[in-house]
Formats: sequence, C-alpha cells, structure tokens
Amino acid sequence: MTGKHITDELTRTLVEDGADIDSIEHDGKRGKIVSPKKKQKNSAEKILEVEDLQVTFSTYGGTVQAVRGVTFDLYKGETLAIVGESGCGKSVTSNAIMGLIPQPPGKITTKGVHFKGRDLTKLSKKEMRKIQGVDISMIFQDPMTALNPTLTIGEQLMEGVKQHMKLSGAEAKKRAIDMLDLVGIPNPEERLKQYAHQFSGGMRQRIVIAIALICEPELLIADEPTTALDVTIQAQILELFEEIQLKTGVSIILITHDLGVVAKIADRIAVMYAGKIIETGDKREIFYTPQHPYTQGLLKSVPRLDLKEAELKPIDGTPPDLFSPPQGCPFAARCPYAMEVCGNVHPDTTQLTDSHRVECWLQDPRAKELIEQGAFAH
Amino acid sequence: MAKYIIKRFLLMLVTIFIIATLTFFLMHAVPGSPLETERTTNATIQANLEKFYKLDQPLHIQYIDYMKSIATFDFGPSIKDPNRTVNELLARGFPISFELGIITILVAVISGILLGTFAALRHNKLIDYAAMAFAVIGISIPNFVLATLLIQQLAVTWNIFPPATWTSPMHMVLPVLALATGPMAIIARLTRSSMLEVLTQDYIKMARAKGIKPIRIVMRHALRNAMMPIITIMGTLLAGILTGTFVIEKIFAIPGMGKYFVDSINNRDYPVIMGTTVFYSSFLIFMLFLVDIVYGILDPRIKLHKKEGDV
Repeated sequence: MTGKHITDELTRTLVEDGADIDSIEHDGKRGKIVSPKKKQKNSAEKILEVEDLQVTFSTYGGTVQAVRGVTFDLYKGETLAIVGESGCGKSVTSNAIMGLIPQPPGKITTKGVHFKGRDLTKLSKKEMRKIQGVDISMIFQDPMTALNPTLTIGEQLMEGVKQHMKLSGAEAKKRAIDMLDLVGIPNPEERLKQYAHQFSGGMRQRIVIAIALICEPELLIADEPTTALDVTIQAQILELFEEIQLKTGVSIILITHDLGVVAKIADRIAVMYAGKIIETGDKREIFYTPQHPYTQGLLKSVPRLDLKEAELKPIDGTPPDLFSPPQGCPFAARCPYAMEVCGNVHPDTTQLTDSHRVECWLQDPRAKELIEQGAFAH
Repeated sequence: MAKYIIKRFLLMLVTIFIIATLTFFLMHAVPGSPLETERTTNATIQANLEKFYKLDQPLHIQYIDYMKSIATFDFGPSIKDPNRTVNELLARGFPISFELGIITILVAVISGILLGTFAALRHNKLIDYAAMAFAVIGISIPNFVLATLLIQQLAVTWNIFPPATWTSPMHMVLPVLALATGPMAIIARLTRSSMLEVLTQDYIKMARAKGIKPIRIVMRHALRNAMMPIITIMGTLLAGILTGTFVIEKIFAIPGMGKYFVDSINNRDYPVIMGTTVFYSSFLIFMLFLVDIVYGILDPRIKLHKKEGDV
C-alpha cells in the first residue's frame, strides 16, 4: 500500500512536472513548481552557505566520521531535499546547522556555515539561541515524542514568541491561534488548553509545524517530517508544506529517505552517501538523468508504475563503516561500474550543469573515453 | 472526581479494618498482658483488674468492643497510665511527630531533587560523582547510626546544636538531618537517572531548537516529567519516614507519638497500641491518597477517574 501510493505520487508529480514545464517557464505566478534555476535568477539571494562541513563523534569505540565534508547552498524560498539512507549523516548535517550537536562528544570543523552572512559555528550559545526558533526552525521526525506531554499545546506554542519577540500573553495567544489556524487545526482557541496526547499523529505534526513557524523563520529544517505518519496523512502534511512556503516564502531543507516525498515538494536534491554529498542537482536532473551509480540504484529501488520493468533492484552490499571510511569513493565496494581508481582516490567534484554536480570518477573529464565506450549506461 | 474520591474512601476504610483486625489478633497472640508486672499481685486483685478492663471476656467479645471503640474514635484510657485517655496521648504526641515528619519530607524532597538535577546536568563531571558518592553513603547509613554520630560530633564534641528534645528550630536540626538523609539520597539518585532520561527526549531537543533558555528547559520542560518516578516512590518513603520517627524520637527524646507507640507495645497496653496503630495507618493511607492526586496534577495523561468515552 505504502509503496503503491508513493509510486502514484512520484509518477503523478513527475508527469505533471514534465508536462507543465513550458507553461511554468512562461507563467512564474503558478509558483508551485517553479523551476529552481529561475528562482535563482529572480532572487539570487543565498540564505545559507555550508562549506566543507565535517562532524565527528568521539565514542568508546573510536571516532565516527558522521559528516565528511558537506558543501551546499540554499536560496531564498526554495526547497532542498537531502536524500540518503539511514546513517548517511543527513540528520547530523541538519543538527549541526541548527547548533544541536553536543560538543563534546561531537566535533564540528568547517570552513563556514553562513546564514545570511553570519557564521553560525562561530556564535556563542547565547547568540545562537537568538537564531534558533527565530530565523531557523526545525521540525522533528516523530510528532509523538516531539511535544512535551506535560505542557499544554498553547504553552509550547507561546513560549518561543514570548521569549524571542517579547510579546505579551494576549498577543502571543492571538498569534498562537493564528498559527494553529494556518496549519489547519480546527477550534484553535480551545485546542490551546489541551495536551499532546489529546491529538492524533497528523494533528501533532501540524502543531510541531506551527511551533516551528510561529516566529516567522526564514529557514525551516524538516528532519524526516512525514516518516512517522500514515501515507494519507503524509500527503496532507506535504501539501501543508507547499501551502506554507507559498504564503510565507520560507526556505526549506527537507531531510528524507523517501523519494516519493522528494518528488512531490523538492526543488533541488542533494544525495548523501557515507557522510558526503555525492550528487546534487535540480529535481528533474536527479530523477531523469542521475549520474552517480548510487543515485541510479536509489531510483531503481523505488517502485514505479510508468515503467514496464516491475522488478525492484536493491543496491547490493552495505554502506561503509564510518569509524574508518575508505580513502577512495565510499560507494566503490557496491558500485557495478567501479574501476581501479575508485577504490584508491576519492573523485573530485564534476560540474555537469549550473546546478548539477557529481562526485564520481565516471563523470570526471579524465574518464570521458570510458563513457563514450559505453561502460556506463543508465 | 467525586466518585473516585468516594471509591477511594471506602477502600481506605476496608484497609484500616484489615489492619486493625490483624493488629488485634497479633497483639493478643503475643504472651503477656498489660496487668503483668514484676510484683506478684493478689489473685483477687488481678481478677478484678482483668474484669475492669474486660480482659476476662472471650476474645471475640473483646474484638467487638474494640471495633466499636474504633468506630467511635474513643479508645478509652491507657491501662498503664489510667489518668490519660488514648485520644489525649494522640492529641499531645501527633503535632510534634507531624512537625518532624513534614520538615523531614520537605528537606528530603527539595534537597534530593536539587542534588539529583545538578548531578544530571553535570553528568560524568565532578559534581555528579560527588553527589552520587554522597547519595550512596546516605542510603547505606541507617538513620539511628547517623543520629548518634551527629549527636557525638555536632552536639557533644563541637557543641553547635543541642543534642536532644524538640523546643526550638536549633533543636530540630539534628533529628531532621538524621531522618532526612536516607530519603534525600534515594530521591537524589532517582531524580538523576530520571532526569538523564528525560534530557535525551525529543521534546527537550525541540525546546533547544526553539532557542529556549536552558534554565527554562530544565525547570519547565524536564523537571516536571522527571518528577513522575519520585512521586511514585513517595508512598514508600513516607512509610519509611513514619517508622523512622519512632527511632529518631526515642534517640532525641522527642515527646512525639513514636514514644507512646513503642512503649505501648512493650507494655501490652492494648488500647494505646490499637489507637496509635489505627491512627498511623489512617494517616499513611491518606498520604498515599494525596500522592495519587498529585500524580494526576503533574501528568495530564494520568486520569484518576474514567470519563465516558475514554479509551
């Protein structure tokens, strides 16, 4: 059921996307599926620049290199999806941006995580608190545990605005009611007095979203926001994201392993593997012309209705051990096209188009002959 | 809510009835009687005395009389001290014991929670280790040992606090310390482990992501959730403090109820035994009832009474 639904969603969105491309180019107002390139041209304002972010954790078993040099930009009003399997470092990346990595045991080294020109990693905890929840908000995976069971929804909504925006009780309450209204909770005024256990899972996620949005952040980091929800509720929450982005113009970083979700709301996609972004591009580039064998494998492992090939192809093998990551390409051991160089030297980043970048020896200009010989097909 | 309270009240009556019955038969199963003394008394006088106190009656008649006295809250005069009724003894001793108990509970709960919270916030740091070492010592030393130790050091050797009686706040320090250390250590350990668990919860992470001040995260988000296990063991701790008062009152010569309770058992002073037992157990049962109510206030998910349509 889950698979089928996602497939439908994926197919529908992609087809819709493909069919509408022309009309979108001409009619920017439709907004919903605006091409990201166009957005960059319209408002080339970079809201977040992450450069060579590395996060390690010291444990009794050794040092885990959870994130090994992640670089990406985020533009105003766009949705960037960070995709990857469990343990690839996508949540750690988002927590690091948010300032939620406890240090020690964590350790962050980076050339800079610039949010609107300020390096977040250089701020004191106190300065960071003025950004957390105000400029950057976060939505957590499981709405069943993200809300405090012993505080009313109202208090959890209002404490942020009261502290950050110094609003009075009445103003904060009015704002809380507006927010609940925005995320589609009926009878917001009465609901404020209730506790988390009196809401269903989907409702709780709506409340978590309302809490995240109440101080009008410019960046919303959603860490697997639909994973813990039923498929029908997932669709509703995704629609809510689109609606909110349209209304508030917030930039979204969406962390997920669910390609159906990505197909629905992302503008741009970054594929992570073993603590690195191995391929990034706009949605169409990643779905139609994936260049990294891992991305291709990832797409083949999602059921699709529009292709006759019904068989799903899982990627063989397991991700590398991040206690001692390989010196070459981390995917080499599982890669059907692996060459000798792959196991020994990590590939450089190859810029394919303005937006499309990949870290793979097959795409390296020096390996061009190989592609022409047909060693690499998709 | 009213329905729940009535239900609990009826259950309390049943519990007290069972306690009273057990105490009665146990006391009468123990050899000896309140009228036995070292002196050999004239057989006639002995018989007359027994007749006066109705101790010559068959056991079931005595039991019925005794139940009647409980029902009317009139336990009659003490046998050993015929000038005083049991009710008078209770009225005199209880306020003092109550004072000792309440101060002890407050000291134990407040300092225990503080110590546990600090230990949890400084997990695996010096404060944590020091607090937990202190807690282990506190749990391991029985209160009567601690009491004598405190008297020896603080009262006799250094002469800081008075060694006995219950007349001024200075007099209260040593007995309260002796009685509160054990429960405080238990609460501190429990607060620490429960706090450590709560601090890893998603809602704490979410509060941090909201940029909430750390002090508010601890006080408002974490502490309330971490309190639940403490409320759970409060019942047991209360019983511990209650029985602890017997010993502590004896050591510090505090004229509370504990003295009468212990003496009455040694003397087989049936009316006093029954009176104090029933009183103590009623008090404890009532406190446990309060604990349950507090539970419901602290955690909105716990409902004491079922509403229609509740799952």
